[in-house]
Amino acid sequence: MDRFGFSISKGRQIDYDANSRHIAEFISEREPSFRVCIECGCCSATCTTGNFTSFSLRELQILMKRGENEKVRENIKKCMLCGKCTLVCPRGVNTRNVVTLARQAFQKFPANAV
Amino acid sequence: MQFDPFVIPFNIGLYFILIYAVVRSVIWFNDLSRPDKLRLQRGFFGKTFGQSIKEIFLESLIHRKILKSNPRLGYMHMSLAFGWFLLILFGTIEADVFGAHHLNAPYKSIFFKFFNPEHGRAGFEAAYSFLMDLILAFILSGLLLAVIKRFSSKVVGMKKTTKLRVLDKVALTSLWLIFPSRLLAESFTSGAYGTGSFLTGSLGSVLASFLPAQEMAYPFWWLYSLSLGTFFILLPLTRYMHIPTELFLIFARNSGIKTGDQPGAFREIQIYSCSSCGICIDACQLNFSAGITNIQSAYLMKGIRNNENVSDIAFNCLMCGRCDQKCPVGIELTPLRMLSRRAGETVESEQTILKKYFPDRKSVLPARPAADPSYTFLKQYEPAKTDVIYFAGCMTHLTPAIKNSMVAILEASGVRYNFLDEMGGVCCGRPLMLAGQDREARELINHNSQLIWKSGAHTLVTSCPICYKVFKESYYLDVEVLHHSQFIKNMIEDGSLKLNFLRRKVTYHAPCELGRGSGVYDEPKDVLRYVARLQETGFEDKNSLCCGGSLGNIKISSRQKSMIAHDVAAELTKDNPDILATSCPLCKKTLAAATTTKVADISEIVADAIIKPAIKKKLTEPAGKVKMQADFQN
Ligand code: SF4
Ligand code: SF4
Ligand code: SF4
Ligand code: SF4
Repeated sequence: MDRFGFSISKGRQIDYDANSRHIAEFISEREPSFRVCIECGCCSATCTTGNFTSFSLRELQILMKRGENEKVRENIKKCMLCGKCTLVCPRGVNTRNVVTLARQAFQKFPANAV
Repeated sequence: MQFDPFVIPFNIGLYFILIYAVVRSVIWFNDLSRPDKLRLQRGFFGKTFGQSIKEIFLESLIHRKILKSNPRLGYMHMSLAFGWFLLILFGTIEADVFGAHHLNAPYKSIFFKFFNPEHGRAGFEAAYSFLMDLILAFILSGLLLAVIKRFSSKVVGMKKTTKLRVLDKVALTSLWLIFPSRLLAESFTSGAYGTGSFLTGSLGSVLASFLPAQEMAYPFWWLYSLSLGTFFILLPLTRYMHIPTELFLIFARNSGIKTGDQPGAFREIQIYSCSSCGICIDACQLNFSAGITNIQSAYLMKGIRNNENVSDIAFNCLMCGRCDQKCPVGIELTPLRMLSRRAGETVESEQTILKKYFPDRKSVLPARPAADPSYTFLKQYEPAKTDVIYFAGCMTHLTPAIKNSMVAILEASGVRYNFLDEMGGVCCGRPLMLAGQDREARELINHNSQLIWKSGAHTLVTSCPICYKVFKESYYLDVEVLHHSQFIKNMIEDGSLKLNFLRRKVTYHAPCELGRGSGVYDEPKDVLRYVARLQETGFEDKNSLCCGGSLGNIKISSRQKSMIAHDVAAELTKDNPDILATSCPLCKKTLAAATTTKVADISEIVADAIIKPAIKKKLTEPAGKVKMQADFQN
């Protein structure tokens, strides 16, 4: 294959049997606006932390909704709660509360329950 | 020996509450930190003693502050507290002067009429009885107001009275019974003997005309004694604990004790001093604009007293400080709320009766577990050496007009400056603090502190009141921290900044973090007076409103925020100003979305007014860095 200069990309699907959406559920129970995010990415574009590192709140929200929590666990700590994302969000998602609740949830459930 | 078994409940209650108050005070005193103990000792035996006594008289008895903000509510509190005090004082004198002995046991003056039914027939005695009746009537009038208030909260001007627990209800009932039962007991006795003045005498003779007054009096004396005794014994379990606690609070506060950022005895004293008067509820915009009616400080205090998990209450608040300003007891509500935020979730625990009388302070605020650093990705660098640092702040980066105006102002004023977060900086840390995450905030504070320190600047100018407050209070820096309004005022006054007068009508909205939060009220208004016609609003200085956009509230929805913003914008543009001015990027953004009037930060207005030194620029080397050119008006 390599000889042709391309490769077949690795199979990739969202495995809801293995993934756990309990973090996402924890958040949307307490902050209903989490559900109305349209993943537009405005929050990531303005993000203070995103200015310094590859942190993206949009990505983390998508991952939590998919139940792929492991990447989120480490990264969600990087947010500075500055609030810029809340101001730019076109859907009125209360992003600061989403981040705060996510942090709480990860503290509450130390391991990703499968 | 004058004695009757009915005085026993009263005696038990009285001696119980006296001993309890002493024991509790000793516990509080012991719980104070060492420096606070010294402060209190110095305050108690020193100059502030007189001041405290005066304050106790004015606030705990007369209730001057409540009278000012709500006369009817104030009258209710005053008639009960001051009236009762007078009744005890004159009762004691009465028993001393007219009784069989001097220096009587308290029950003899409280039940004076029972033991001296013949007293008060004529002359001076009758005049004195008249006085005692007058005081009783004064109390009863207040009590009537209180009863009406409980059933229709409109009467005393409050929108919502605080909800009660069972124990509070029992205590409240016994409190309500005290004075009516005294009235009836005295009236029956007076009726039987033909004594008493305009109140007890007249009521007594009416009652005696169709009832056997002699027999009826005794049960009411029992009721009187029982309700007093019950009230005293339940008092520590109910909100009425505020009566003795407030005395301690006044001494502690006048001695210079502050809430600080650690939970301690002073926190507990303040929490028990809340009288649930409800003035904070009336002051809260969440209550009257956004329909959030269960998180106000009265409820926070009550929740903590009852050992509930208050984290939802603690976080659903704008931290605007309006309630803090208005609380007649002077409880430091905002710092107390911060303490509850730091604690995060607390466990609700069932409490034994003993625990309720002597609450275990430490169980209320557990420490949050330590964690690894969160912001290891931040790298230090060498900032350019400079005199003045301009730190715009995150919010200012979302309002470029402010940022650009500030650059224009800095250029025009000719100082040597460095725009520290021109390419986007690290957050100041205050939003994290407001979310109760102090450890994380410290990391950001350290990062920024090092940068500022390395720049060698002597002045730090920021456009954001949120940054200003944290730079001022939580950064340990050897630089002068200025909000841009202060900086602009300095520049105008030393002649560095020449401004035109703009002939515009302007109203000013004072941001919470800058005004109530940091005490900067005058500078922004002074600056505005230099360039425009400043109109008064009904919400000046300490009484200013919160725009609703505050980062203090993590829970509030965007709809509720905008409800508040619309109410505020409508209030502030009542007189049709040309510009609604503010001095906070977040206020600007929030208010601009809620009104059609132009909303501008004072820096934008000032930048508009700068007289451009057309020639001077060419002759002298500009001291600042000339990057962006003029005309940033939008
Ligand atoms: S800006 Fe709002 S809607 Fe867009 S991705 Fe972020 S949270 Fe979702
Ligand atoms: S609050 Fe967090 S996610 Fe939102 S902009 Fe600030 S750093 Fe980024
Ligand atoms: S906190 Fe202050 S204003 Fe609020 S109910 Fe208590 S005493 Fe009254
Ligand atoms: S600080 Fe402001 S929002 Fe919070 S309870 Fe007090 S008045 Fe209400």
